[in-house]
Amino acid sequence: MIVLNGERTDVHAGATVAAALARVGVKPDARGVAVAVDGEVVPRSTWEAFALAEGSHVEVLTAMQGG
Amino acid sequence: MSDAMADVPATILEDDAAAPGRDAAAERDAAGVGRDALQIGGLTLGSRLLLGTGGFPSLELMAHAIEASGTELVTVALRRVGSGPQNSGAGSLVATLAAAGVALLPNTAGCHTARDAVLTARLAREAFETDLIKLEVIGDEDTLLPDAPELLRAAEELVDDGFVVLPYTTDDPVLARRLVDVGCAAVMPLGSPIGSGMGIRNPYNIALVREAVEVPVVLDAGIGTASDAALAMELGCDAVLAASAIARAADPVAMARAMRAAVAAGRLARGAGRIPRRLYARASTPNEGLPELT
Repeated sequence: MIVLNGERTDVHAGATVAAALARVGVKPDARGVAVAVDGEVVPRSTWEAFALAEGSHVEVLTAMQGG
Repeated sequence: MSDAMADVPATILEDDAAAPGRDAAAERDAAGVGRDALQIGGLTLGSRLLLGTGGFPSLELMAHAIEASGTELVTVALRRVGSGPQNSGAGSLVATLAAAGVALLPNTAGCHTARDAVLTARLAREAFETDLIKLEVIGDEDTLLPDAPELLRAAEELVDDGFVVLPYTTDDPVLARRLVDVGCAAVMPLGSPIGSGMGIRNPYNIALVREAVEVPVVLDAGIGTASDAALAMELGCDAVLAASAIARAADPVAMARAMRAAVAAGRLARGAGRIPRRLYARASTPNEGLPELT
């Protein structure tokens, strides 16, 4: 089980960050997107290779209007 | 767009208008790039008005306001994908801002600890491919005032990590100097609380911040209307960041134009050297040659 943007999902341990991104509708070439796993930045260049561990907390972030 | 600015002299609307009697900083800027540009980090900005993108009713209105303001640098926040109506894909905020041709200044809004702010900054660098960061570390939910110790800690860590750090800070000249001591590229003192529209509550402190540091001073937070922005520039600020004042105005595009004119006018007035304040009158018409009429 992986926690994706605060919600438990059926994305399982061993899945890549890229797979988690697909779950929230983000393509690997999407602009203005950043990913953190368990409080650490996961660079775009490793999205395809980075395998998630059981219980990982994944945050997928993008631009929002703000001052 | 309306023609509300039609009566304002064209020279006030020119960010690079030539002015006699400029102050030394303006002179250096002009010598360096041939116009009165602002240098922050590696960035050269022709406009001294920074725009916050938050609070606009629509992206279309935001885009029009950006154009009317003449800004070249706008703030953006980082939030979860899917949490906003238009925060990814075609017609998204990123695409709209790219089309506007403005540079992005990501912020760490909503962070309450140095740790969160540092991680958010690193994510922003990854997402937007910029080392610029408007560092906000909030210490109180009601006033949104900065948490000074956490702010200083985060600033130091981010500078060490290669960021160009622009901290949102109080109007405390001592804290401003400490932030510059750890390597911040600019300081962004508040005029009054974020979104309050209360203007510059302590102009003397803003003037002291200007004297305390050599880096650019960007008046951030509290701007309510054009005269507040002009005052900031008259006090010696190098730029003004306006967000709510424009985005939440009844007519954001007209207010964007007003802010643009105010920042330019305040900059010119600062360079022109205002007259000192006096308690009593000083006649501007000479008494020599006054006739005796009775």
